[in-house]
Amino acid sequence: MNSVAPHLAVLASRVRFEEKSIMGALERRGARFEHLDPRSLFVADGSAWTGPTLVLNREVGHFRALYAASALESAGVTVLNSAAATHLSGDKWHTSAALLNRGLPTPRTALAMTTEAALEALDDIGYPAVIKPLVGSWGRLVTRVTDRAVATAVLEHVAALPSPQSHVIYLQEQVPKADRDLRVLVVGGEALGATYRKGEEWRTNVARGAVSEYCPLGPVHAKLAVAAAEAVGTDIAGVDLIEDMDGHLTVLEVNDRVEFRGFQEAHGSRVDVADAIAAHLIARGET
Amino acid sequence: MQKVVNGPECPECAAEVTIDGDARVSEIVECVDCRSELEIASVQPPTLTLAPDVEEDWGE
Repeated sequence: MNSVAPHLAVLASRVRFEEKSIMGALERRGARFEHLDPRSLFVADGSAWTGPTLVLNREVGHFRALYAASALESAGVTVLNSAAATHLSGDKWHTSAALLNRGLPTPRTALAMTTEAALEALDDIGYPAVIKPLVGSWGRLVTRVTDRAVATAVLEHVAALPSPQSHVIYLQEQVPKADRDLRVLVVGGEALGATYRKGEEWRTNVARGAVSEYCPLGPVHAKLAVAAAEAVGTDIAGVDLIEDMDGHLTVLEVNDRVEFRGFQEAHGSRVDVADAIAAHLIARGET
Repeated sequence: MQKVVNGPECPECAAEVTIDGDARVSEIVECVDCRSELEIASVQPPTLTLAPDVEEDWGE
């Protein structure tokens, strides 16, 4: 155990329900911490770092979260989740590769470098399929393609996007499933609970109007979610699972800066997510 | 919850904005008059700025 108490911080440019709840939980546990705003953060190469020694990364922007974590780690700071974990979980292809490396079930996926290669990959995967941006959240720009004509049109639009990264195309089979998926929250290698996320459209993102409902957490779901969180190296994660029509579970994604408002409302007093995160952060500071 | 009686002005429409007593810096509030998203720039004294627009890589 360290003889010097860790200097804790919560990194966030936008204080939402989640960040406010975590800060409140840290205070209730008597932990001293600071709010670190990445918009005013810089880490200078070669200078002695005098800031926090343990940082919870709750930055809403992926790239700012990733580079802030990397810069802080270069100064000797421990960041949760680590920069490596944010790198893997923030990019859909890297997540898929990490899941496959661990032998975990995930939908059939292809990465294509050109429009032509993407169309060939889609012929192989079959329709309907889904085209997703490598980086992004809340279901943004995730597009379901039902046949080659639709795929060709969507890929023409993708090719017109300005970012070179957008031209690397991530494709996935659309797994036939019920009108819901499962979100399992994992903190420190333990699954806290699960919710069903149900929506009227095929994308079951809460940001798109899907509703979170309490789901009793079974050992199979818990084990798979913990394994998925571990595969991408996350201490704290929201793991999305889908169940196909035969009941087989597959991992869709791992979210490293997980939003949990809907999860918390669905669980009521069964679990306190913010407190679990605060407890984990404090415990990490004591090891 | 404790309320601030004389809240800061909305930088967009100048309406008075009520913020909670337990508000934190960088928290987002909405102006009930013009519906602008506002960021709490400081708590003591309470001041507001327009919240940043959502960016393409925002999320979880």
